[in-house]
Amino acid sequence: MTEYEMTIGIECHVQLATRTKLFSPADNDARHKSPNSVVDPVDFGLPGMLPVLNTRAIELAVIAGKAMNAKIANVSRFDRKHYFYPDLPNGYQITQMYHPTILEGAIDVPMENGQSVTVRIHHAHIEMDAGKLSHYGEYSLVDLNRAGTPLIEIVSEPDMHSPQEAKAYAAELHKRMTYAGVTFGDLYHGNMRFDVNISVAPKGATQLGKRAEIKNLNSFRSVERAAEYEFKRQVALLEKGEKIIQETRGWDDAKGKTSSQRSKEDAQDYRYMPDPDIPPIVLTNEQIAELQADMPKLPPYYREKWSSLALDKSVTDSLLAHQSYAVLIANIQDSAGDAIAKRVAHWFASGVATDEETAEVASNFVPEGYIELAKMVDADELSSTAAKEVFNELLTNNKTPREIAEAKNLLQVSDEDAIAAIVDEVLDDPASAKAVSDFRAGNEKVIGFLVGQIMKKSQGKANPALAQKLIRERL
Amino acid sequence: MTKIADYQGSSAVANVKKALEEAKKNEHYNAILSFCEARALERAAEIDRSNVTGRLAGVPFVAKDNFLTYGTKTTAASHILENFEAPLQATAIERLEAEGAICIGKANLDAFAHGGSTENSAFGPTLNAVDETRVAGGSSGGSAVVTALDIVPFAIGTDTGGSIRQPASFNGVYGVKPTYGTVSRYGVVAMASSTDTIGCFTTNAADAELVMDIMAGRDPHDMTTLPDFFGPEAVKRQQKIGIIREFMTDDVDGEVKERVSEYVSRMKAAGHNVEEVSLPILKYALAIYYIVVPAEISSNLARYDGVRYGRRAQSATLTELYGKSRSEGFVRENKRRIMIGSYVLSSGYFDAYYLQAQKARTLLIQAFNELFDTYDVLVGPVSPTPAFKLGENSSDPVKMYLADVMTVPASLSGMPAISVPAGKTATGLPVGVQLIGQRRSDAALLALAKDLEADA
Repeated sequence: MTEYEMTIGIECHVQLATRTKLFSPADNDARHKSPNSVVDPVDFGLPGMLPVLNTRAIELAVIAGKAMNAKIANVSRFDRKHYFYPDLPNGYQITQMYHPTILEGAIDVPMENGQSVTVRIHHAHIEMDAGKLSHYGEYSLVDLNRAGTPLIEIVSEPDMHSPQEAKAYAAELHKRMTYAGVTFGDLYHGNMRFDVNISVAPKGATQLGKRAEIKNLNSFRSVERAAEYEFKRQVALLEKGEKIIQETRGWDDAKGKTSSQRSKEDAQDYRYMPDPDIPPIVLTNEQIAELQADMPKLPPYYREKWSSLALDKSVTDSLLAHQSYAVLIANIQDSAGDAIAKRVAHWFASGVATDEETAEVASNFVPEGYIELAKMVDADELSSTAAKEVFNELLTNNKTPREIAEAKNLLQVSDEDAIAAIVDEVLDDPASAKAVSDFRAGNEKVIGFLVGQIMKKSQGKANPALAQKLIRERL
Repeated sequence: MTKIADYQGSSAVANVKKALEEAKKNEHYNAILSFCEARALERAAEIDRSNVTGRLAGVPFVAKDNFLTYGTKTTAASHILENFEAPLQATAIERLEAEGAICIGKANLDAFAHGGSTENSAFGPTLNAVDETRVAGGSSGGSAVVTALDIVPFAIGTDTGGSIRQPASFNGVYGVKPTYGTVSRYGVVAMASSTDTIGCFTTNAADAELVMDIMAGRDPHDMTTLPDFFGPEAVKRQQKIGIIREFMTDDVDGEVKERVSEYVSRMKAAGHNVEEVSLPILKYALAIYYIVVPAEISSNLARYDGVRYGRRAQSATLTELYGKSRSEGFVRENKRRIMIGSYVLSSGYFDAYYLQAQKARTLLIQAFNELFDTYDVLVGPVSPTPAFKLGENSSDPVKMYLADVMTVPASLSGMPAISVPAGKTATGLPVGVQLIGQRRSDAALLALAKDLEADA
């Protein structure tokens, strides 16, 4: 049986987090807005309107490029891509066909198995988004709120060869773009969308197969599933001796299937033309360096920094899922050292929900409280269970961990006299008589039962190590 | 002919009423497509009440109907925008109004400014101010005629390949095509973005200076506007002037050449040095122009699709909606240019036509720049002929395009060029002489024209 290999390249649209649109002063945040309420005459394609380039979009594009280790063009240009559609008011989209701002780059993508794969970036261009059509049987409505939103389209080289690699690339790109502040990265609202190009050929073949492009995937999981499905579909066709046609396919997430949308033969002639309304974008090396210098730290920085903490990949991933956690742990690492950072890291990794719905439960990112909490555990002032409880409170309020622990009556009693009194009480209790005699007979295990009794009597506050020590002294 | 100064100091309402009256008396010229009478009178009354002291306080003017203005429709002389009312005004209009000028109406043009005779207007041609059997020129024919008929002391227009200079020449008034980027294009229906300029028609050079000074300057709405460089200048003595050999060939009307030669004699008499210069690359200018400009036209007219505003044809499908709306909404010449433009931009032809034309355009600019290293001003006719007969060229698009041969070079190179009245033919048809300068020498050109005007 022939063994097949898939080759995947991904085009990713990233909505830039600018305040206004790419070429107009209209609000760029179209979420929860009524249709056509954030539309300027420029976005509406009124006669005589001219694009005015949002320089913040250019800055964010430079930062995005640098987040992918890409070269930035000193001179880049905008072009017009022509087609007629009601969601495109000017009859052309302003994009960068000939001289994009972001040139070749590459990112290392960490995989689940601990290895990593390098994906090269061919280029990324800046462009405006189109509006949105809604169809209602007899008629359709146009909403131009999104028309003119700045996007960058990141075009990868075909460097991925498994659905897992495709998914990991999408996730890593998302992390880097959100960390860099290029996008809000809200996948649900389409802040990042992926077009996956996939082809299949016998393993070792020198020529790639015909590719299908799966358009508009908006989650990492759907990138993975669509690639899995496409691989099976294309292999099945090849096995039957059928040809694969170059086409655009859509993804149905509920059915888990792709289906044909249009083939290469229907491809339009976009009549690209340099946009005469927009002068070339000129960026000096100094300007580029300045933007790069002000960039926030990216995931690879934290992975490297945390290598001395020896965290599990799953712990690292849950921390990296939220930039605020990553920044906090790094701060703690700097000010309180690896051991304390590691303890706090584990609390965050296990204690805070990582799914999108409840992600933002933490609002307190001041390191001091977490450091103090970790120190209290080290000093035996809190049991690990109690520490967890204090941590959960600490996430959302600004009390000190000691205040929380006291209010919840969670501080361990390490006062020997106080514990001794409880120990004596438990040992004298007739209910303990059997355990006491068993221990004396050499059954070490029963000490656990006795410590448990002491903890119960102290309402969990007794330092268990101290209690054990006192029991041993007495028996 | 009346000057702007003739209107200053008198009541704005009286000025506006007189202009409206004159306009209506001359309605058969078809120079004005619509009036903004109510708004004009309101503004005039307000100016009279408040003693506004702007440099154009109470002075009436007419705007070509491709400027977005309040108070009436903006049609671009097309059916597709037949009922379009602008929700905002062009920057040029705003600047004139800020100085107290009052727009009384909108001038006829070739639809979307495509043409050189105003015969391509969807609402009929404008008649020449001097000879009603002849064309007004175009595309800003209406603006030239209202100025020549003394309806208003100035009018504004657009010049993409000669659309101000040629009608100015045909009607015997001054016409200014400034350096590309001098006046904001914001709020002006785009024709070819890389050569569209906004300028004016006046009866004398000093008025042109004033109007340009007011309209010029950087506009945050137009990224291609230049920082404000325009300001009236004193004339420079003993300029080096080049008379363009390629514009004085046997193909050019004899009387046109005579009038130009007489103007050159006045230049010499005023102490300037005039020499013949040659610019062989000019023979490619029309070819370059009729590739680059239609390409941009095909792009700029894509927004007129019947979806959001303008004429929408009854149709069953989306494709039909586009097809019918555009078919009904555009005139023949619009469609011809859209077809040419789409062709030269299409895959497989882009490199051979559009890119090649842009390269040739760069060579043309270099050739001009080299001449301007030596010469202050280049001089020649505006048009190879005086105003031609209505219908004479309208069936032959190539013949019509050839009439642009002397005006497109300055458009392609972004250089300022003005049309100055230089007398008449034996039969009384006006002839214009064209002064072309290096970029940003607009004020110097006007100063020269003003100086020679005083000598006349």
